[in-house]
Amino acid sequence: MALYRSHVLVCGGTGCNSSKSDMIRQRFEEKIIEMGLDKEVQVISTGCFGLCEEGPIVVIYPEGAFYSRMKIDRVDRIVEEHLFKGRIVKEYLYEESLDKDKLKSLNEVDFYSKQKRVALRNCGVINPEDISEYIARDGYLALGKVLTEMTPVDVIQVMKDSGLRGRGGGGFHTGLKWGFAAPNQADQKYVICNADEGDPGAFMDRSVLEGDPHAVLEAMAIAGYAIGATKGFIYVRAEYPIAVKRLEIAIGQAKEMGLLGKNIFDSGFDFEIEIRLGAGAFVCGEETALIASIEGQRGMPRNKPPFPAIKGLFGKPTIINNVETLANVPQIIINGADWFRSFGSEKSPGTKVFALGGKINNTGLVEIPMGTTLREVIYDIGGGCPNGKAFKAVQTGGPSGGCITADYIDTKIDFDTLTDLGSMMGSGGMIVMDEDNCMVDIARFFLEFTVEESCGKCTPCREGTKRMLEILDLITQGKATLEDLDKLEKLAINIKNTALCGLGQTAPNPVLSTMRYFREEYEAHVLEKRCPAGVCKSLLSYYITEDCRGCTKCAKQCPVNCIEGSVKKLHIIDQDKCIKCGACMEACPFDSIIIK
Amino acid sequence: MQKAIDIKENTDKFEELLRYIESQDKSQGILMQTLHKAQEIFGYLPIEVQKFISEKTKIPMAEIYGVATFYTQFSLEPKGQYTVGVCMGTACYVKSAQLVLDRLQQELKIKVGETTEDNVFSIQATRCLGCCGLAPVMMIGEDVYGKVDPKDIPNILKNYR
Ligand SMILES: Cc1cc2nc3c(=O)[nH]c(=O)nc-3n(C[C@H](O)[C@H](O)[C@H](O)COP(=O)(O)O)c2cc1C
Ligand code: FES
Repeated sequence: MALYRSHVLVCGGTGCNSSKSDMIRQRFEEKIIEMGLDKEVQVISTGCFGLCEEGPIVVIYPEGAFYSRMKIDRVDRIVEEHLFKGRIVKEYLYEESLDKDKLKSLNEVDFYSKQKRVALRNCGVINPEDISEYIARDGYLALGKVLTEMTPVDVIQVMKDSGLRGRGGGGFHTGLKWGFAAPNQADQKYVICNADEGDPGAFMDRSVLEGDPHAVLEAMAIAGYAIGATKGFIYVRAEYPIAVKRLEIAIGQAKEMGLLGKNIFDSGFDFEIEIRLGAGAFVCGEETALIASIEGQRGMPRNKPPFPAIKGLFGKPTIINNVETLANVPQIIINGADWFRSFGSEKSPGTKVFALGGKINNTGLVEIPMGTTLREVIYDIGGGCPNGKAFKAVQTGGPSGGCITADYIDTKIDFDTLTDLGSMMGSGGMIVMDEDNCMVDIARFFLEFTVEESCGKCTPCREGTKRMLEILDLITQGKATLEDLDKLEKLAINIKNTALCGLGQTAPNPVLSTMRYFREEYEAHVLEKRCPAGVCKSLLSYYITEDCRGCTKCAKQCPVNCIEGSVKKLHIIDQDKCIKCGACMEACPFDSIIIK
Repeated sequence: MQKAIDIKENTDKFEELLRYIESQDKSQGILMQTLHKAQEIFGYLPIEVQKFISEKTKIPMAEIYGVATFYTQFSLEPKGQYTVGVCMGTACYVKSAQLVLDRLQQELKIKVGETTEDNVFSIQATRCLGCCGLAPVMMIGEDVYGKVDPKDIPNILKNYR
């Protein structure tokens, strides 16, 4: 292998890729060849660095110089100055990484210093399309250890001791799950990796697959050995083309090196992995629906028991684990259960990846030890709300979760504390909201999502969620009464108790939790016909102030001709006809149209 | 009404699909991949194609239609040349993605799921595209537009017509 003096790591994750990081990488390669540096400097496309807000990101080692918000026209200067002359281009660096002109290491930057990377350890560090880089970071060591030194019973014991809980949402103990499937006799068993990632605001599984696909493959093989399965499936969302491509490459390379396929490590153990694509149905993230989908049917859940560990894919014993759960497994095998338990809390050991988004300065992926407080995540890592706005609430758990308010910001995050607050860990979406977000509107947003995604099999979910949405519509239009609020709450509790699968059982959570913490906001909509945050369109009115100079621009733009007034005279909006499209406000050159 | 598809004109495509079906291990639940492949070849899933798959795989037509209509990614109607996807993921939604979608629908005079008269654009509301840092996000074909201001939409669309 050639030795390079410098490495240029260009983020090839989805976020940075969308802002043309691929072209930046190409330009680096071209310029490096032009300058005759191609024998000394290597350019690598990596997985996500986590700090997506500052993307596209380029990091140059050995200095660890962190260039943020890269632009293609900055590449030449970086190659000339930094790579050729050895002078870091300070004005292009991420601001936080400079301390009085001295370069800080990445671990000292606020965004990274409170994080602990286990599942994401290789993301942004290795080239995910090259198996030798994974191997150089102890890749496939765990599989080797398992196959040559451990019995399946040992493996399951280590998993049980580690206390690892499923990161897909349920938080079920992984060791227990494997332990249920292992003793069942069958001619074939299966391991499934759930990469359907349905939470509409989360992308951590995608980042693991894009940044470190081999970790998932290795873990699946370990799981296969532990329960006696020789075949694995990865069920990926079809919306993740980069992840699918990298998985395909990874599977190909692993097979070529004999790390998948027949007689792995000469142990007599065979394991094969196949990729299956989803087709855009949220409910397919639920394990029994996912199985139906792989079998080629409509993805509808069924009653449990029998659990998949007894009767799963094609009727055979099957275990299903989430991507992030699996990404932890090789590390646990290598470093031991006690090491894993040294992070996190007693009942929720280890770390969790969150997709931090919404009204927050540092959007991106963060991996923190369980037990970190919300305050640390939102303020120390996330940098608080932008534009000096007040923090209002954070939504966790996606469509199954709920909101947590500023009063509870010192809560230590783990599976149980979030559930106690009426929310959920879910898969790890964490969306921050500020004073400009209307909580009724957010509840309505999630409910609309579940109504669309309900598979229609059970009545409480199919019909009940629709009725709830109708009531929420009335509220946001200012047409609801206080009885409607009670009805909404009753309906929510009924659905929670009677729906068939997790989708229906958790669908009312966003409504119940916002009603619990923001009752006064609901009441303002109902009693005063007012949306305090100024979001619900039907409750807003546009007015023209005295500043109007009568330029007539607004009247010309109005699609329903509801603005009256002649040249140089004050214009007036006919409130009965106004459709609240906002076109007039946009057209006004004097900012004299306001929303009330 | 669905547009019928001319079987004679498309024999190449049907043959490609047949080769794919024959290369699959039938014991492993092949319907999903086959529909994905068919959609890749034809751009959508016309009834004739579903019937063809049914014939070749011996999977009942009712089952195929059931699956094709269950998943949102499968389309029984042809799509415009460009699909304009507006991310309605949570992170984008709290950053006013609804206003982006409203403006887009107003500009193109179609609703989500529909296609313009000239078959150039279809609108889709998508889930998190994995670049929440750029919220609100819009995609046209493969191009991603981040931090979209509804006001910029007419200009962005101009590049595609
Ligand atoms: C409606 C619904 C959607 C789900 N979506 C996902 C998902 O997108 N990804 C995931 O890993 N688990 C999802 N789950 C949880 C799975 O059913 C299952 O518990 C999980 O994949 C098990 O893996 P784990 O123990 O490693 O978390 C979902 C569950 C429900 C009820
Ligand atoms: S929510 Fe829109 S990109 Fe993530």
